[in-house]
Amino acid sequence: MKPLLSVENLKMHFPVKGGVFLRSVASCKAVDGVSLMIHEGETLGLVGESGCGKSTLGKCMVRLLEPTGGRVDYDGSDITHMKRHDLLPKRRDLQMIFQDPAESLNPRHTIGEIVSEPFIIHGIGDRQERLAKVGELLEKVGLSASAAEKFPFEFSGGQRQRIGIARAIALNPKMIICDEPVSALDVSVQSQVLNLMMDLQSDLGLSYLFIAHDLAVVRHVSDRVAIMYLGKIMEIADADAIYENPRHAYTKALISAIPIPDPTKREDPRFLEGDVPSPINPPEGCAFGHRMDHPKWKESVGMDLALREVGPGHWVQPCPCCTNL
Amino acid sequence: MIRPCRFPDPTLFPYMPLLEVTDLRTGFDTDYGRVVAVDGVDFSVERNKTLGIVGESGCGKSVTALSVMQLLPRPAGNILGGSIQFKDRELVEATPDVMVDVRGDEIGMIFQEPMTALNPVQKIGRQVSEVFILHKKMDKATAREASIDILEKVGIPSPEIRIDEYPHQLSGGMRQRVMIAMALGCKPDLLIADEPTTALDVTVQAQILKLISDLQAEMGMAVILITHDLGVIAETCDEVVVMYGGRIVERAPVLELFANPQHAYTKGLLRSIPRLDRKRKTKLPTIEGNVPSLDKMPSGCRFSTRADIEHDEASITNRPAYGEISPGHWVEKCPYCYQPD
Ligand SMILES: Nc1ncnc2c1ncn2[C@@H]1O[C@H](COP(=O)(O)OP(=O)(O)OP(=O)(O)O)[C@@H](O)[C@H]1O
Ligand SMILES: Nc1ncnc2c1ncn2[C@@H]1O[C@H](COP(=O)(O)OP(=O)(O)OP(=O)(O)O)[C@@H](O)[C@H]1O
Ligand SMILES: [Mg+2]
Ligand SMILES: [Mg+2]
Repeated sequence: MKPLLSVENLKMHFPVKGGVFLRSVASCKAVDGVSLMIHEGETLGLVGESGCGKSTLGKCMVRLLEPTGGRVDYDGSDITHMKRHDLLPKRRDLQMIFQDPAESLNPRHTIGEIVSEPFIIHGIGDRQERLAKVGELLEKVGLSASAAEKFPFEFSGGQRQRIGIARAIALNPKMIICDEPVSALDVSVQSQVLNLMMDLQSDLGLSYLFIAHDLAVVRHVSDRVAIMYLGKIMEIADADAIYENPRHAYTKALISAIPIPDPTKREDPRFLEGDVPSPINPPEGCAFGHRMDHPKWKESVGMDLALREVGPGHWVQPCPCCTNL
Repeated sequence: MIRPCRFPDPTLFPYMPLLEVTDLRTGFDTDYGRVVAVDGVDFSVERNKTLGIVGESGCGKSVTALSVMQLLPRPAGNILGGSIQFKDRELVEATPDVMVDVRGDEIGMIFQEPMTALNPVQKIGRQVSEVFILHKKMDKATAREASIDILEKVGIPSPEIRIDEYPHQLSGGMRQRVMIAMALGCKPDLLIADEPTTALDVTVQAQILKLISDLQAEMGMAVILITHDLGVIAETCDEVVVMYGGRIVERAPVLELFANPQHAYTKGLLRSIPRLDRKRKTKLPTIEGNVPSLDKMPSGCRFSTRADIEHDEASITNRPAYGEISPGHWVEKCPYCYQPD
């Protein structure tokens, strides 16, 4: 298997403006040195604290954002700073499903216009053909074809999310960056959409980056899982290894916080102590160790925290506080 | 303006529901006619209690919440009938003045999509402060302090910097926490939380749920929690309402609902819960088919188009009776979807 998409030491630092002249006073290190690859036909799950840079990483991968450092390779070419014009043919088979449908669906366009947009941008089919295709796509994601004439506000949150999915799969892409694709859906529709995504994958060899908070869902669809914290990858491994043999303290905290759908097993909410770190002034050394106020955190300052392989394909950030390495 | 009298001392009437919704019907006027999104819904919630609402996407959960808040999109959305009794007031007939007082101060709401609720061209600080200025009559500087304080409580890092940023500069989960801060700021008597934690990782989710339950313990806040996460329902709710196609098909105390679901839809829903012990990459169990659009909804048992058992004409056209089968456990008694053994 060769990588379809890879990022190397990727950085996305946003300027933070302040003062009277709105000069850059600091930077928000949303993504701070991430390297990973996604193979053809593979699903890589991406999990992490909210605000740790998952959406930003996804947007850099489809080049909705131009990274401030590192590189992105897609299908054999370096797209890190590629111009819009050259990028367009690539974007055809590299799509994204957005986290907040309210942000990505134009409220003044009908669903038909929204879903057929990719066909128009890439000059595919005539009006009739597009119309037929839109109806087919809407039914594929579990909406009725008549939805095409309505506007986004006439739909519930979960229905809007499915419109975004229909648009993303319109052009039979090779790779989809899925930013929380199913979190707005009830469990039964969620299972339908996940089944659809898995079917598309086995039929067409699609690859996914699958960003989600529901760890049971991530485990089910992913081949490998990456755990992100404050702009960096903490651990990456096969899905089974992550859940059965987590090595990083943050991964362990996540797994132990999964809510159990059984009211007889109610426990006191488990939650992390400590101040949530900020990407504006990230702590030195191991960020999670700092958050936990770990007695050995100090030792991690100045250490080389590059990921280390601890088992076949199982990489983890070595630090005295969180991984005991 | 005459302020409506406050609720009688809760210690004297401990079992009086804080909110009681009876036979609520809400509809939208659209180009293709009137659709009824909420069709005769009853529930109530007491102080200190958490009521969960679950159901298929599009079944009317958010519209129910927006009806209580009187925030339906006008002029299309309207309450067609029923009653919403909050403390000693009838909200269905409340004037806009009264609702301005009630919203944010007595009832706080966390909206499902943060971007629809936050003003994209206003700084975070201004939007959060407004709640305090409007309801707690604070001056600007005090309100700013209070805003930083509540933003910190909901786990926003560097709140003193974030307060001067615009919504698009925040991550999805941070926007959601800003909204949670606005809803909790005035310590409301009732919190309506529509998917409050979907954009948050499980550790932050646990932290927010803890914050809500702390406020509940501290001042007896009642909570209506709308969520798809049945794990969260199991861990936090006292009572659960299951909706399908604008109606309640089942309502029960949480332990009873998980142990003894009665309606075919509830059973299907519980079967579809994502689990950690399933074989990876296999087909997940679902409920076959899709919800019909509102204009094609059968007038009788709404689940009839999805259920495994074929329905007869009568059950498709006549609305099934809704009744109590054991203390606190209510079911829509369609003869095909409810088959007690
Ligand atoms: N402005 C509107 N005009 C017409 N129909 C609407 C409008 N707003 C909502 N609806 C319809 O009302 C129904 C209920 O929507 P609601 O938002 O309450 O669903 P929900 O249960 O919250 O779903 P989700 O879980 O996806 O958020 C949906 O079928 C939707 O299409
Ligand atoms: N356009 C922008 N300008 C400035 N800062 C930004 C911008 N977009 C994101 N950020 C910042 O980058 C950081 C990471 O945001 P991002 O949206 O990638 O997080 P996330 O991991 O997707 O979180 P969530 O799970 O909450 O969606 C946050 O601190 C956010 O405030
Ligand atoms: Mg995000
Ligand atoms: Mg909703």
